[in-house]
Amino acid sequence: MSERQIQLEVLRYDPDTDSEPRFQSYTVPCKNEWVVLDALNYVKENLDTTLSYRWSCHMAVCGSCGMMVNGEPKLSCKAFIREYSDNIRVEPLANFPIERDLVTVVEDFIAKLASVKPYLIPKEDKPISAGEFKQTPAELMTYKQYTLCINCMLCYAACPQYALVPEFIGPAAIALAHRYNQDSRDGGRDERQEVIASHEGVWECSFVGACSEVCPKHVDPAGALQQVKVASTIDWYKEHLMPWVKK
Amino acid sequence: MSTKPYVREVSKFDWYFKHPRFMRYMAREVTCIFIGAYTFLLIAALGSLSQGKDAFDAFVQGLGSPFWVLFNAAALVAAVYHSTSWFNVTPQAMPIQRGEEFVPGNIIIGAHYAVWAVVSLIILVWGV
Amino acid sequence: MAKSSKPIFWGPFAAGGTITAFVTPALVLVTLFAAMRFSPDMFTYDSIHAFAAHWLGKLIIFGIILLSLWHAAHRMRVTLYDFGLRADELAAVVLYSLAGLGTVMTLFYLLRI
Repeated sequence: MSERQIQLEVLRYDPDTDSEPRFQSYTVPCKNEWVVLDALNYVKENLDTTLSYRWSCHMAVCGSCGMMVNGEPKLSCKAFIREYSDNIRVEPLANFPIERDLVTVVEDFIAKLASVKPYLIPKEDKPISAGEFKQTPAELMTYKQYTLCINCMLCYAACPQYALVPEFIGPAAIALAHRYNQDSRDGGRDERQEVIASHEGVWECSFVGACSEVCPKHVDPAGALQQVKVASTIDWYKEHLMPWVKK
Repeated sequence: MSTKPYVREVSKFDWYFKHPRFMRYMAREVTCIFIGAYTFLLIAALGSLSQGKDAFDAFVQGLGSPFWVLFNAAALVAAVYHSTSWFNVTPQAMPIQRGEEFVPGNIIIGAHYAVWAVVSLIILVWGV
Repeated sequence: MAKSSKPIFWGPFAAGGTITAFVTPALVLVTLFAAMRFSPDMFTYDSIHAFAAHWLGKLIIFGIILLSLWHAAHRMRVTLYDFGLRADELAAVVLYSLAGLGTVMTLFYLLRI
């Protein structure tokens, strides 16, 4: 059987007319190889042009199509219909305010991303004439895993601490800070510590690990955050118990 | 630009019932209640030890009550769950890089289980 | 950004978590056996007293109890928070004081042996 009738239960919300979200049901004839995104596109093209949602690459690299599929944070382009029963519930990504239908307000995440200074801050100023920054393959491997983040925010949707404490900087942002801290070309760790070693930074994390479980790119932000905790703790003890040691 | 964003409230009292992974997390966290209580039991044992043989023997006698048997049984389950959950996440918190490769997580975890077995054997042989 | 008090306690928490992971299950098994009277020679005063009287024994006992206390206290602080009791500073004061009490008691008893 190459086609299945799927009941899509989609959470709708029109800010102009609704006081709260409500579910709307669509019957979608799905091909076996389809993903939830294909089903949504079918709805938009054939059943209801008013349905709003974000998507772009349809191949799990752009990070646009994050949403809750049967209560689990997923990229809709990576949620295969064949893995679900005939009833699929689709909701906007958890822990973010709903803008409209499946579109969430992402400003908080964008601001947090910017706050961790996610760019190389070289140890010393180096003119172009001095040549490029050199790095061994081993030095690259130290941080490479954390470069794979596509900013899809599934980790924020999974994190119960972010759900309850919106000030929490969050998994992806802190993992990205860790990516730069671990980069041998970078010297900006002290600048980032102010943000990620704060109360709203890594110390709000209790290593639930849900973020790493849902990450579609296997970045393991939970691991990054624990490594930041270790480094920050060692820093604290060095600073307070051995102040004569220069950083 | 948001006209009227809708915020979905999450309860801080029952959020962990919403998903099996959160239940597993809470189960892991509450092991600390048993670890903490058991540690005070050890301190009480130490206290009776410091007071002489009679006090210590009375303490061991007291351990035989149904309450303490049940407590130790529950603490055993909690302690084992703590150990397994702790070992399983160690590679994430402390990755070991050797050149361009990382030591596989299974090896790090396996080494912990091996040490756990050896240490447990030493304690059991000494205690029993 | 507010500086957290957690880094201070996270070190002992992590060390304590590691120590308890390795030794606590076996220790509980020993006390469980003693409680169930599995072995008549279990928990003899003489052998345990001899261990605790030795300086190395004292060090080991102190290390295990100290780290177990501070591990449990810090994790309990976070757990209360997860259960919805958001008076974090109060919880920290109460729990770390308890751990402090346990630490002092241990020192006191060990020095008497």
